[in-house]
Amino acid sequence: MRNVRGDFPVLARTVNGHPLVYLDSAATAQKPIQVIEAIARFYREANANVHRGLYALSVEATELYENARKKIAALIGARPEEVIFTRGTTESLNLLAYSLGEARVREGDGILVTVMEHHANLIPWQELARRKGAALSAVRITPDGELDMDDFRRRLSARTAVVAVTHISNVLGTINPIPEISREAHRVGALVVVDAAQSIPHLPVDVRELGCDFLAFSGHKMLGPTGIGVLWGRRELLEEMPPFLTGGEMIREVWIDRATWNDLPYKFEAGTPPIAQAVGLGAAVEYLAGLGMEEVRRHEEELTGLLLEGLKAREYVEIYGPREPQKRGGVVAFNLRGIHPHDVATLLDQEGIAIRAGHHCAQPLHRLLGVPASCRASVYVYNTPEEIELFLAALDGVWEQLG
Amino acid sequence: MSPYEDLIIDHWRHPRNKGTLPDPDVDVTEANVPCGDVVRLQLKVRNGKVEDVRFDGRGCAISMASASLLTEMLKGKRLEELEKMRQEELLEALGGVIKPRLNCALLPFRTLRKALEALGETGSRVDPPSYR
Ligand SMILES: Cc1ncc(COP(=O)(O)O)c(C=O)c1O
Repeated sequence: MRNVRGDFPVLARTVNGHPLVYLDSAATAQKPIQVIEAIARFYREANANVHRGLYALSVEATELYENARKKIAALIGARPEEVIFTRGTTESLNLLAYSLGEARVREGDGILVTVMEHHANLIPWQELARRKGAALSAVRITPDGELDMDDFRRRLSARTAVVAVTHISNVLGTINPIPEISREAHRVGALVVVDAAQSIPHLPVDVRELGCDFLAFSGHKMLGPTGIGVLWGRRELLEEMPPFLTGGEMIREVWIDRATWNDLPYKFEAGTPPIAQAVGLGAAVEYLAGLGMEEVRRHEEELTGLLLEGLKAREYVEIYGPREPQKRGGVVAFNLRGIHPHDVATLLDQEGIAIRAGHHCAQPLHRLLGVPASCRASVYVYNTPEEIELFLAALDGVWEQLG
Repeated sequence: MSPYEDLIIDHWRHPRNKGTLPDPDVDVTEANVPCGDVVRLQLKVRNGKVEDVRFDGRGCAISMASASLLTEMLKGKRLEELEKMRQEELLEALGGVIKPRLNCALLPFRTLRKALEALGETGSRVDPPSYR
């Protein structure tokens, strides 16, 4: 892949006197100048509310907003009217748990999640189960940190209404076999919801190939701005679901005592949407498409390989998740024997190296791993093999100091 | 300033007053749930003075060193003095703590406040230790 670092202004800065080595893209990605400029240009040249004004400026703003939707649809192999803008993965999943829950989940039904879910793909289903009297159950993982497919089949039944699963674990890095999960779930009539927050930014995804029914992701993890995300859903299901937020934009006709709903996707986009953010996300998608998602994946697989090799070679490190880079995304969680992850993160920060330490919004998974927290390094398009070397050398420094 | 002054490393590697007392007057536990840090603090009080103290727990170097150092600051002090103790005194004794880690450094202080409240209300309180 071409060297893209020059496109990312923040990478030129120093932290604690060292050049920034940013290894926390799983939390949020840095932004290329193309995205920053697209947002600034929108506010400078085209700002207006969308779908309202009859004047030229509003028409232009609406076109920019809808073009962003088309770019995203093209990226994931979907139809534009199936792409709903939300504030992010969390809102997308809450929307689903509410609306799909209303449409499809009855008392005594089953909701299947996995033990590796981010809280964003767990709590909304917990709450739905509680509201409806449905039974929530979680698929286990194997000792290698892969989904236990036998356990999945055991838990799946004709009563299962929804299977909610992450495409790539934000801790273990595991890439889950969504096409297989979709086939098995559909055989018993269950719907499949995929948390794609960690996959859409990093590898080619086609919703028809995944075979799932819904997909949620965030703009800020894929070079775009915060405050925007996507919910994709199969048209006939979105038609069947009641709206989540209500108010302006999402209606067709309103009387004092009732209303009818707008067409897709507007039925699910109440109020003034995050317009500039959508435009920024559109620019991010264009940027990623320009690099090529296959190239992005190849680059990250190489870096993940280096990370894994380096960590495996250090006997003081425990790694979580699959050992082979082909089986995982660019996220590696680990611990240094006897050292709290916060101490590791603080000492690396002294060297300008940013990693995450904590439970990464996956408390049940950490309980299962038997640790309260872990360190996590994650890579993206702008990271380099040299940065991985710097990180590994700094880790040796931490071990010397605290080990 | 390094976030890990020699003092912190020393208290982390060689914790003072670590363990449990056979018959404490107060035995409380506080936790930083997001990072899993836990501090248990036990005090033996006689004539309004801390006669003996122990801490136990697990967590990062900063929270554990801070707990160890705090126990040294408590021993022999009158309860009224401890009531007036400010968190800055602990932070200064630690040689300063960087902002992102204040929560770690102050966990033992919050545990002390809990112990003093318990003593103030009832004169004694012994909680079962909880480490989860
Ligand atoms: C797997 C996964 N799901 C959901 C989320 C939540 O995303 P957001 O905070 O953008 O709503 C994240 C990000 O932290 C994630 O990694």
